[in-house]
Amino acid sequence: MFRVSSKALDLQEPVSWVTDPGAGAIATFIGTTRDHNEGRRVIALEYEAYPEMAEKELARIGEEAKKRWDIQRMAIVHRIGPVQISEPSVIIAVSAAHRDAAFQACRFAIEEIKRSVPIWKKEVFEGGEVWIGTQSGEPLNMNGSSSSSRSNSSTD
Amino acid sequence: MKIKVKFFAILRARAGIGEITKEMKEGSTVEDLWEALKCDYPQLARAEVRLLYAVNQNYVAPSHVLKDRDEVVFVPPVSGG
Repeated sequence: MFRVSSKALDLQEPVSWVTDPGAGAIATFIGTTRDHNEGRRVIALEYEAYPEMAEKELARIGEEAKKRWDIQRMAIVHRIGPVQISEPSVIIAVSAAHRDAAFQACRFAIEEIKRSVPIWKKEVFEGGEVWIGTQSGEPLNMNGSSSSSRSNSSTD
Repeated sequence: MKIKVKFFAILRARAGIGEITKEMKEGSTVEDLWEALKCDYPQLARAEVRLLYAVNQNYVAPSHVLKDRDEVVFVPPVSGG
């Protein structure tokens, strides 16, 4: 299951999908929306994806993880559109016979998502908004800084 | 040849449009296309953002030669997660 979705994410869905009789462990990662970033109070995040390619890249991450670790199944769901504070923006679930492979593959998946999957987040903060990861922001007024960082973001 | 171009995130905001079709000469590369688009949409040339190039949903090198009906996306720094 490798999907981008505009609907609220439900942890149970990817967990059920990776549940496997051969698995002794399921590791999960949930990225959630943080209410602050770089001293700014964040109101919400808005995610945008190139959906066809994003889902292909997520599936590629799953294939790559299977080559590197002895895992059973992987599921990744990523939300697009507005995501309110504390809501999940991404959920990864990995099942494996043993916990070490599950943890490592899960960690690998989130790092790869941040590196290569065509999904972007716009941070809406008090006084402006900025596309995270770009050199220059486009604040709506002078309350926010006119430039943003390259790599920080309101989820981890 | 006709090339479909989709803009996302900061590039969509700067171009002011999500999708266009662009006529290009045979043998044009994805980098040639980007240069042509910067003339059509001067806002794209502002404050350079590091870009990756995707053709038909795969990352390619800037020298990748385009074919008729290709779908091209210029990928600004990703920030999913």
